[in-house]
Amino acid sequence: MAETREFQVFRGDRSGGKMETYPVEVTPGMVVLDAMHRIQATAAPDMAVRWNCKAAKCGSCSAEVNGKPKLMCKTRLDALPADRPVEVRPLRTFPLIRDLVTDVSWNYEVNKKIPPFTPKPGAVWRWKQEDVDRVQEFRKCIECFLCQTVCHVLRDHQKQPVFNGPRFFVRLASLEMHPMDGLDRLEQIKEKSGLGYCNITKCCTEVCPEDIRITDNAIIPLKERVVDRFYDPIRVLFRKIFGSASLTKPE
Amino acid sequence: MWWLEPLAVALGLSAFGIYSFWAALQGDHYAWGPYLSPFYSPELFGNSSHALFGPPPSWWPAAFSMFGVELHIPFSPAFLILWAPLGFRGTCYYYRKAYYRSFFQNPTACAVGKPWKSYCGETAFPLILQNIHRYFLYVAIVFIAFLTYDGLKAFTREGPKDYVAGLGSVVLLLNAFFLAMYTFGCHSLRHLVGGHLDSFSDSASSCTRHKIWSGVTCLNERHMMWAWISLFWVGFSDVYVRLVSMGRIADLRIF
Amino acid sequence: MPDKYETHDCDVLVIGAGGAGLRAAIESSAMGAKTALVCKSLLGKAHTVMAEGGIAAALANVDEEDDWRVHFHDTMAGGKMLNNWRMAELHAKEAPERVLELERWGAVFDRTRDGRILQRAFGGHRHKRLSHVGDRTGLEMIRTLQDKGVHQGIDVYMECTITRLLMDGGRVVGAFGYWRESGRFVVFRSKATVLATGGFGKAYPVTSNSWEYTGDGHGLAYRAGAELIDMEFVQFHPTGMVWPPGVKGLLVTEAVRGEGGILRNSKGERFMFKYLPEANRKDFAADEAEATRWVESVLADSKPDGRRPPELSTRDNVARAIYTEVKEGRGSPHGGAFLDISYQPADRVKKKLPSMYHQFLELADVDITKVPMEVGPTCHYAMGGVRVDADTCVTTVPGLFAAGEVAGGMHGSNRLGGNSLSDLIVFGCRAGRGAAESAKTASRPTGSLDRQIDEAAAEVNAPFGRTTGEHPYALHSELQEIMGSCVGIFRTESDLKEGIRRLEALGPKVRNVRVEGSRMYNPGWHLALDLGNLMVISEAIARSALARPESRGAHSRLDHPNYDPHFATVNNCVKQNDTGGMTVRETPLPKMSDELRKVYDEVEAMSLPAKA
Ligand code: SF4
Ligand code: SF4
Ligand code: FES
Ligand code: FES
Repeated sequence: MAETREFQVFRGDRSGGKMETYPVEVTPGMVVLDAMHRIQATAAPDMAVRWNCKAAKCGSCSAEVNGKPKLMCKTRLDALPADRPVEVRPLRTFPLIRDLVTDVSWNYEVNKKIPPFTPKPGAVWRWKQEDVDRVQEFRKCIECFLCQTVCHVLRDHQKQPVFNGPRFFVRLASLEMHPMDGLDRLEQIKEKSGLGYCNITKCCTEVCPEDIRITDNAIIPLKERVVDRFYDPIRVLFRKIFGSASLTKPE
Repeated sequence: MWWLEPLAVALGLSAFGIYSFWAALQGDHYAWGPYLSPFYSPELFGNSSHALFGPPPSWWPAAFSMFGVELHIPFSPAFLILWAPLGFRGTCYYYRKAYYRSFFQNPTACAVGKPWKSYCGETAFPLILQNIHRYFLYVAIVFIAFLTYDGLKAFTREGPKDYVAGLGSVVLLLNAFFLAMYTFGCHSLRHLVGGHLDSFSDSASSCTRHKIWSGVTCLNERHMMWAWISLFWVGFSDVYVRLVSMGRIADLRIF
Repeated sequence: MPDKYETHDCDVLVIGAGGAGLRAAIESSAMGAKTALVCKSLLGKAHTVMAEGGIAAALANVDEEDDWRVHFHDTMAGGKMLNNWRMAELHAKEAPERVLELERWGAVFDRTRDGRILQRAFGGHRHKRLSHVGDRTGLEMIRTLQDKGVHQGIDVYMECTITRLLMDGGRVVGAFGYWRESGRFVVFRSKATVLATGGFGKAYPVTSNSWEYTGDGHGLAYRAGAELIDMEFVQFHPTGMVWPPGVKGLLVTEAVRGEGGILRNSKGERFMFKYLPEANRKDFAADEAEATRWVESVLADSKPDGRRPPELSTRDNVARAIYTEVKEGRGSPHGGAFLDISYQPADRVKKKLPSMYHQFLELADVDITKVPMEVGPTCHYAMGGVRVDADTCVTTVPGLFAAGEVAGGMHGSNRLGGNSLSDLIVFGCRAGRGAAESAKTASRPTGSLDRQIDEAAAEVNAPFGRTTGEHPYALHSELQEIMGSCVGIFRTESDLKEGIRRLEALGPKVRNVRVEGSRMYNPGWHLALDLGNLMVISEAIARSALARPESRGAHSRLDHPNYDPHFATVNNCVKQNDTGGMTVRETPLPKMSDELRKVYDEVEAMSLPAKA
């Protein structure tokens, strides 16, 4: 009953590497990460794989399976075509460390530059479920960085220096729309985060394992807020005439 | 098979583009009795009974010259208004995604590589102009009013007092309905009716806004679906009115 | 030639970046101490993200009668009075403040109708007490602390494993470790060090814990001369997934039973009625009809009608029941019991248990709204750990602090659901403060640490040099097999002795473990180094279990099925002796103050509201 399938896994480091083929005995219900563990336990004890929870909750095990960015612990083997080997590669957008492990530290640097949650002065901490719902969607993010790796602005154009990427638009949205947050973040969002580089083509939304509707619920609403402040000609004019207090943050 | 979707989108959009351009050029057979093709509505100036301000204006040039070439384009009422739906859909967040992917290959599909080296997204001219989408939305909402009026008026095929449903009446009313579903699911609208608020519960008015926002959100989740349904239906409505007015088919009387 | 290494100086070194570690680091850096935070994984991936249910804190937002006294009572009762009462007291008193503080830092909890933090019911808590965010409370907590921490100037060292604490005249003055990425060595010199490394589920074959849970903090502290207490108390969560093999042990949240999930064996019998302990049988429904009424009232969101179903008995009890059913041949096809929620409307199940619904659908092809789940016990939590002082979290070794799961005493013999997240923030905060205070007066080591560092480096490098010896993966499975079969849910003297014997035999093999490849991101090597800690805690569990010939809380001895009053007054304490061997001795339980005793008795005497 044990069936064997072929896996092609990238082995190597910054100085180079190649795809290695490993036959793996598979059992029903197995996920790609199980197969990687089996390879580690038998053929290649030193194969580098990053993982933690094995339950799609921590976002560590991101890799490109058959060319698509995925969580290995959530990708069932029976969902992959059986007639060809399963290809597993490290995330392409981030610098390789070794085998399937990449250096995602850039993301942590970006996060550090986003001003933290800052409560409104004199905030009364009473707020309702309907306020919470919208922000909670963003806070589901498990920081798997699949959206970062698939976004063409980072993946194909390496705009890292000027573009924060979808993960951080989600983070910015969670702060900007937080009912208790008192910072005015629009300047930062427009100028520093590079929101304008996103052309809303939704690849990030397609790969998000937490089903966060990144483009529709985070990016586009942020773009609209930026329009309010910087592009809407009538509002801009209005603000010029009546001072910046009007029409900035409707409270 | 990742190219299947962009290909289908490209074919769909091109087919619609070509047909609507052709239909707009005709300047004729766009109305029949109380029916008015949505490509021509509202008819500002024109020869049909639907014209709001009378016959074609005399200031409309008989010929345009372009690069020294004289182009004789006969007047069509569609020219006066088609910029609005075109601009609305052209700057719509969904269509942007659709054509960036299928026409501009930016990117064609996810994680497949792309043919371009440089990229500036929507940060520079001309794409930065996409940000005025909300102004097209204002116009589109006015259009919805006209098209709804057209749809209702289409039930008066047999005189203003007799309400009679022809197939065309239903087609035109559905057209207004589909367009409304599309328009009221707009991201800019979602922002304007409540999305710009940080708190939905701090006052009575923000609670109401939350309800409206939730409604728009509900449509917004299917914005792509409504975009295609309404696009197809607008074209189909024009085809239908055109064929009836050309006498190719007879309008079916339902009740 | 000795390996080169980099050195970092700090006032407070925190090892582990889960809830407790982050909270400690935030507190210590807020007090002005230069704080370094070291973690084995990337920041924000710690096991805390797996916590689902909520944070227990007597905010009294939903049940107004709740206050710290009742929480204190429930915690002590759950731990069968073996808890360190002072810890339980501080925990109950300070948890509400810590939760509110999370909200001030940006956490977004579910709300009550009037806009306060919503609280839900959980096993063993008299009132609705768990503040939560759907079923991902742990993630919310980690993210909040992470963002607070990185903006407060904590230096974070990610993917770095500590293998040894550096000592100077009996005081911990730093730590030695390696970067997982490059395999290069690193030394931290600190004035105070906080352990917040979590537990050791990876010693067992079926566990809900991630690979990080290898008892590092327990091992480090033990080898530095600290005392471990209550090591025999290992909590088995009754409901883990049993199929497919790849996710065996993955947690099925207690909320399933809280929402009315029914346990049945392969014969279709609702077996939990049989397993209710006589002592609190009166708190539970007498028959299926009464249990059904209770569930119906939950479904209708009204006041409970009847007593709660037997499935809501304590974790240790349900785990033993399922285990027994399987052992006696009435298990499900994959060796578990059936947990059924499918009799409820599909929409409700999806709304109340979204991640369970997805987890089963995606990983096991099981639609829990249509068919029952298969579940079995899974190793979940370590009650035992490093002995600490309740107020400052200092261990018995100067300069060394501990908080969270790695610290022992707080939960006694059994932990209540929801008490671990609150434990993390209450004692994380205290440990951070304690460490920062102690760092103020501590001075840098006088002697040189070079010899210790060279020794540590040699130890870490050794597995590469060997030509004989077994692979770490094989040894790890063997260790897990021993723990699963000899030191599992049910224990007997002969099994435990057998376990100890086999562990002793395994010892030399582990010391002779061999790895291949280079030091660059080499998981085989990482596991080989973690095995040492696992050996320490495994032996400690087995020996402590042997030294407690009674059944209490999570510790069940088939050969001694009852309480023994003598053992109600002592903790088993494990310490390394002068010859490097392990000694276990009884130490008296701290005596509860009269005042608290009174509090406990008063609450105990209050008429019980229907528990949920
Ligand atoms: S929608 Fe924007 S952020 Fe998301 S992948 Fe596309 S370009 Fe990147
Ligand atoms: S937004 Fe989604 S895809 Fe992006 S990091 Fe978070 S969970 Fe992953
Ligand atoms: S291992 Fe945690 S998400 Fe896959
Ligand atoms: S976003 Fe599509 S119409 Fe406005």
